[in-house]
Order: sequence, then structure tokens, then C-alpha cells
Amino acid sequence: MTMVPAEFEELEPFAERWALATERERWEARLSSTMDELQAFYDVMLPRCTDAMAYCDQFPLHDMPEQPVNLLRMIYSFVLISFAVELWRQPHVPDTGATSYDRVSEPQP
Amino acid sequence: MARYTKPAEGSWTEHYPELGTDMVSYGDSTSEEFYKLEVEAIFKRAWLQVGRLEEIPRSGSYFTKEIKVANTSIIVVRDGEDVRAFHNICRHRGNRLMWNEDPRGEISGNARMFTCKYHGWGFGIDGSCVNIQQEDEFFDIKKGELGLVPVHCDVWAGFIFVNFANEPSQSLRDFLGPMILGMEGYPFEKMTDKYGFRTEVGANWKIFSDAFQEFYHAPWVHGTQHMPPVTAQIREMGYEAPYYAVESPHAVVTTAGSVHRIWEMPSELVKPSDIATKSGLFGPWEGTDLGELPAGINPGGIEPWGLSSFQFFPNFAILIWEAGWYNTHQFWPTSHNSLVFEGNVYCTPSTTATERVGRESAAVTFKEYSLQDANTLEATQMGIEAGVIDSWPLNDQEVLVRHFHKAVADWVKQYQGEHEGV
Repeated sequence: MTMVPAEFEELEPFAERWALATERERWEARLSSTMDELQAFYDVMLPRCTDAMAYCDQFPLHDMPEQPVNLLRMIYSFVLISFAVELWRQPHVPDTGATSYDRVSEPQP
Repeated sequence: MARYTKPAEGSWTEHYPELGTDMVSYGDSTSEEFYKLEVEAIFKRAWLQVGRLEEIPRSGSYFTKEIKVANTSIIVVRDGEDVRAFHNICRHRGNRLMWNEDPRGEISGNARMFTCKYHGWGFGIDGSCVNIQQEDEFFDIKKGELGLVPVHCDVWAGFIFVNFANEPSQSLRDFLGPMILGMEGYPFEKMTDKYGFRTEVGANWKIFSDAFQEFYHAPWVHGTQHMPPVTAQIREMGYEAPYYAVESPHAVVTTAGSVHRIWEMPSELVKPSDIATKSGLFGPWEGTDLGELPAGINPGGIEPWGLSSFQFFPNFAILIWEAGWYNTHQFWPTSHNSLVFEGNVYCTPSTTATERVGRESAAVTFKEYSLQDANTLEATQMGIEAGVIDSWPLNDQEVLVRHFHKAVADWVKQYQGEHEGV
């Protein structure tokens, strides 16, 4: 079985890297990616983001099958990397190289 | 030219004449000696926010909190309808009572009894000593006098506060005062989806907090979070708040809501991902309808209203956003030039994926701008600590910075007055 639903097949090659359960993992993935990698993921997500949200909305949020959960987590990753791609043009926030702000709790999924 | 009407005195600062308009010193933020005074005068006398009631939902639910500024760890526990706080110290040999793996770490859970890892002494959730291992080996031991040492604890609007004074000079409600109490009725208890953040920063707790007392820095530190034409416009306009109020030691600043609806702006001025997710810097565009809010949330009656940032003395802030969510900031000093910075974003539980993505977007943005603040303030601490300059200007948009340092000085002065000759 694929990680994401068949109608989002162009997202599948990115699912393993970006369908991550926690912000800590997503943040780590953002910081350890090159801009080319972030751009490639961004370019495939942007045109499908609204559809993906509508797809996930068909399921109860707290009782979602695995595929839409993966899709939802990829949307979170897309939101997280959007600053890097759209504004910063680098993975980390400019002038914040010496600091961190770790997410220690969050709702699931 | 002011965009908003200022008080009759001509400025917010002069509206509070005790604040003065002179240059200020930040000698209070570089001195180890002064920090020691703050610990005694403020952190061991003021009510300190330590968490939300929802974190301890059932009798026996507890969390521990490391409070380095008071050189202790506490256990906060729900006991039936009551909330209790105790020093996290076993009465037998002084072992930290509740911890796992790392004694410096914080934990949470559910307990019927707190059992010490060292010799198995047990304490009830009411703090009483209930089990002494091999009790008959001790000499004249008085179990009834060996309960956990309590810390004064009270709850307001679901926020749990503690006070390390032997006898607090004010009740929690008297300490908070009418302006803060005016927030009562906001549905904090319904906003149980929490996005929590934490970091350590190399800055004095006041220097750090100063950045949350004003939005004058926003166009420069945070202006780049918009598309470039908007950044330029924001910097050209500068920042002005429509309303400030000081009810010492607490204060509030309100910002005006945008008259421009983001979704009606030309698309080249909006981040494409914001358009895709219909959310962004200030949360989901659609917002969450929380029903009618108490008037005290917008104490200046500003329309359109955007945000109220309530500054709770000494180290806590609640920011209520028009879009139907709120966040908190807290600044826990760990020395005269370091602190633990905690922030939480709170929303009503998401019911759909779209709603959840909107909140995620708000939480992501919150982190981006908090990172900008954190690094900038380490740089500020370094500049002040160089000791080259000790006289700094503050403008009218920085009135709450001026007030905050004065409130700290007032508390220290009062403490010194009470302890003169002792």
C-alpha cells in the first residue's frame, strides 16, 4: 500500500521524508534539507494543498486511516517549510543561528 | 503624526507621571547582586503562574516544575476539587521526591501516593506522610509532622499560581487587580489544544521580557515575515498601539485589527502557502467564534481590535488574538543573564483537518518569530553587558518597558525598606 492516497500519487515520493508525526522531526528535516530539496517538496505540495485538506476533511480528525494521516502530516511539513522557501531562501530563520525553540507538546494527529 | 489619539497629557508615558521621560539605565539587568535581590524581593513574594488546570484533570494528576529562581522544584497536584503545591523534597533525607531518569527534569502523571526512590517513604496527594519504611526503627518519629512542605497555591481562570512567601502579603486576586480580573469570562478552559515550546536564552529575564512589552520592534525584527512589498510598507509606517494601560505592577497593550482582510489583498502580497491553507501569521483567516467575549479583553474598546497583550508581573504574559486563540509567554530566570523561555499556543480542539492545519500554521509562525526574538535578545544582552553605555532612550511606544523596570525597582526598594537594619 502506498503511504498517501492514490489520487495524490505525485506526493508519494516525498512521503517517507515528510510524513512525520512531530514538529521536532519536521523541523529537523527542514534544517537538514538543501534548498533544492525544500523547493522540490514545496512545488509539488503547493498546487495540491487545498485538495489534500479537503480530502482529509472527509474523515473524522481523531479517527483517520493511515493514508490521510500521512497526507495531513505532509501538509504540516509544507506549512513548516513555506517560510524557508517563500521568504528566507535558506532552511533556518535568518539571524537565529545560535538559538532554538523546541516544540515540547502538540495535539495529535 | 500619531494615528491614534493619545491621552490628554500628550503621551502614554506622561499619562503615568511617575514613570518620567528620562533616559534609563539597564544596570538592573547586568548585575549579579541585583539579581539576588530580585529573587528575594520578587520571585519569593509575587504570585507566579506555573500551569493550567487542564494539565491536571483528575484527582491525583500532577506535574513537577523546576523553579531555579527559587532554587527548588515543586509538585503541583489535583486533590479532589483542590489544587495543591509542595516542595518536591522527601522529608526523610532530602531526596528530590518525584523525578524519572534525570533529577533535573520535569515529569507529569497520575499518582495515588508519592513514593521516594531512596528509602520508599510515601506521601499522600494532600502532602501527608503516609508511609515510613521500617517505622519502628526510628526514634520518637512524628509522622504527622513530616508531611511535604506546602507552597501557597491558588487558581485564577484555570491558571495555577504559586507563591513562595511564608505568608503572601496579598491574595492572588488582590495581586492580579481589576484590569487582569477583567479578562475573566474568556473561555480559557475550552482552549485545550496546546502547542508548547521551550528554550534557554542567554539574556537577563527583564531584557528578554522587554521585547514582549512593546511592538515597536515588530517591523524590524519580524517585518520580513511578510512578502517584500508588505515588509517595506510596514517599516515605512512604523508601529503604533492604540491603547496602553498600566495598573502597576501589571500592564496591557492592545493592537488594532487590520482593516484589510488578507484574502482581499492582491495575491502577490500574500504568501502562496497562506492562500493555500487560508491561514498564516495571525492564525486561521476564518478564526474561531468564541461567542461574546468579556469587555475586559479589549480594555481600550478599540475597533477594529486585533490583539491584547496582558503583562502579568513578574514573568508571564497572555496574548489574546482576535482570530479566537491565545498564547502565553513565560520568562524564568536561571541567573542574572540567562533564562528559560516557555511559550504556549492554545486553541479550541480542532474538529477537522482544515481547522487543524490553520492552527498548525499559527503555531509554526509563532516559532518563527519567537526565534527571531530569542537571538536578537542575546545580542542585546551582550551590548548592554559591555558596560560602555548606561543611559538609554525609550519612546512612547516603549512605555511598558519603562514601567516594567520601574515596577521591578519598586518591589526591590520595598523589600530593602522592610529589611533595613535586619
